[in-house]
Amino acid sequence: MMEVKTMAQYAAEGKSPEILFWVGCAGSFDARAQKVTKAFVEILNKANIDFAILGNEESCTGDPARRAGNEFVFQMTALQNIEVLNGYEIKKIVTACPHCFNTLKNDYPALGGNYEVVHHTQFIHGLFEEGKLAVEGGAFKGKKITYHDSCYLGRVNGVYSVPRELLAKLDVELVEMKRCKTNGLCCGAGGAQMFKEDEPGEKRINIERVEEALETGASIVAANCPFCLTMMGDGVTAKEKADDVSVYDISELIVQSFA
Amino acid sequence: MQQILFILVSGAALFFAGRQFSKIRSTILLGKDVELISDPSQRLKNTLLVAFGQKKMFKRWIPAILHLFIYVAFLFTSLELIEIFIDGFSGQHRFLAPYLGGLYTVIISTIEILSVLALVATVIFLWRRNLLKVPRLVKPEMDGWPTLDANIILILEIFLVCAVFTMNGTDVVLQGLDPEHYPKTGNFAITSWLGPMLFGGFSQGTLVGLERAGWWIHILTVFAFLNYLPISKHLHIMLAFPNVYFSKLRSRGEMENMPAIMNEVKSMMGIIPESEVDMDAELPEFGANDVFGLSWVNMLNAFTCTECGRCTDVCPANTTGKKLSPRKVMMDIRDRATEISENISSGNIECAKDKEQPVSADNYDDGKSLFDYISREELHACTTCNACVEACPVMIDPLEPILALRRYEILTESAGPSEWLPMFTSIENSGSVWQVPNSREDWINS
Repeated sequence: MMEVKTMAQYAAEGKSPEILFWVGCAGSFDARAQKVTKAFVEILNKANIDFAILGNEESCTGDPARRAGNEFVFQMTALQNIEVLNGYEIKKIVTACPHCFNTLKNDYPALGGNYEVVHHTQFIHGLFEEGKLAVEGGAFKGKKITYHDSCYLGRVNGVYSVPRELLAKLDVELVEMKRCKTNGLCCGAGGAQMFKEDEPGEKRINIERVEEALETGASIVAANCPFCLTMMGDGVTAKEKADDVSVYDISELIVQSFA
Repeated sequence: MQQILFILVSGAALFFAGRQFSKIRSTILLGKDVELISDPSQRLKNTLLVAFGQKKMFKRWIPAILHLFIYVAFLFTSLELIEIFIDGFSGQHRFLAPYLGGLYTVIISTIEILSVLALVATVIFLWRRNLLKVPRLVKPEMDGWPTLDANIILILEIFLVCAVFTMNGTDVVLQGLDPEHYPKTGNFAITSWLGPMLFGGFSQGTLVGLERAGWWIHILTVFAFLNYLPISKHLHIMLAFPNVYFSKLRSRGEMENMPAIMNEVKSMMGIIPESEVDMDAELPEFGANDVFGLSWVNMLNAFTCTECGRCTDVCPANTTGKKLSPRKVMMDIRDRATEISENISSGNIECAKDKEQPVSADNYDDGKSLFDYISREELHACTTCNACVEACPVMIDPLEPILALRRYEILTESAGPSEWLPMFTSIENSGSVWQVPNSREDWINS
């Protein structure tokens, strides 16, 4: 059993947490992303962070609706979220999904939602800086890992070095893919592509990206986004490499280093 | 005689070019007004770094260096045009030489060295495009006119450089034969040896003729270039600067808000009283189905595009064989805008919405739209990954018009990929992208 409280519980106690953990749809419902959610909660608990989730009061941020072009649906869900967030006087939000991160950070201010929003890799990095967290042992010493930049953490919000610094703490041998950082190749899920088939073409985008990851010879692909995780995982399976190559969120790798 | 000819030719060239440029301006302004352009100091900084400084070009350093040669040669040769104009109007020869003395030698020598570098770059560019066939330069949207256009410009550049060397080279030889009419200018870096090598031993009459030919071909090429620019992708040499200046400063992650929809939803939710929303107001068309629905900055982007294809080269959809090409999106916007602009300026009444009234931007309907240029399949392939935005050396944003067209399709036409419908309904009904029976807190105990 995990120790997770909701904002409603905090409010009932007349208290407020340090930070709100925005779980997101994938983190709440997708079996693979749930593991990331739990890994991040484990990190938060280990560092004794006072946090809360919105639980059933949370709705989709509206990112896929807005980028598909459906502003009505976006406004409905976004304004509802902002009502809830402002109602609890939320100041700081952390999320393990770069799409939620971007929408909360960049799309919500124009609608009246102003918060300090950080991605979980940034938050974990901060915990290391403050000495609230330390990695133990060298579980990954010398292991070849490649890192896939998600578009919405990397190119859109300019966060490239923080996740790499986290990987460096794990003593991994980081091998970059041909297209990385500002030139990173999308996994194929963004812009609501996650919810439809690829348009006709020669290849699926996730296959193209996985082929590039496999070229590095890394046995672990590190990601920072639940949708990248699905896309890269599916790609590795399609290339019949699932036995040799694993796809993990950075928070999962950090939790593995605790053991 | 030459003076009169020069005045007539330059007057006509500038007049016609001016007319074409003002037409481009009015075509760009077919786009919607945008909010006040803020933060001039940041914009100026961008213009200096990205447009003048070519900062983003250097993500690919080979073409960046070659392009830099041509760019710097172009800037310096523009200086020389000052003297050509003075000489042309006054009938003098190398008017600035006696005033600038040694500096004149340095300036012309610099232009000569840069011209050689530009010539080398131009030849390599022709080779890359036509023989090496660099993938981004030979994509389907480049078939026909765009490729011819690119080659015409490169060949014009070779013309220009040859003219400069003929002019200077013969001058150098003539300085020895007729110092009274061709005063000493000091040793030019290239033509001081190339001139005698090529033209030594020619008769004085031939040399004078060649010198004049070089001078005239130089300035005529410049005039031809000036009048060719408005119908060419090469317009970037001028528009890159305003385009970078006016490019968006807000975060890439922020999509433009739609206050009309926001306020309607707010009133539905009871956040603002209904009285604050004008319910009788005719709902505007949402998004864009034509250039009228795009902003003038989007239009400026389209006319600035020089079709280098860096955007398309990094587009995940395009590189995996999908139809979407961000470059084609920009080219389509420009071509559609040009079509509309032609119809309006020729007063084509067939294109008027209300046939009783003259055709204008506000009274326009030719039965077509941008969707006749950009297919749904292209729009639906975009992952909004921003690679195209990152790649553009002159800060063109192909993503904004793509999203504006998507908005039109979904909001105004209620169309779009049917696979998206369950996602929309699910967000609307259950607050999640997937229709799931579970609660949002179930993972805690699973």
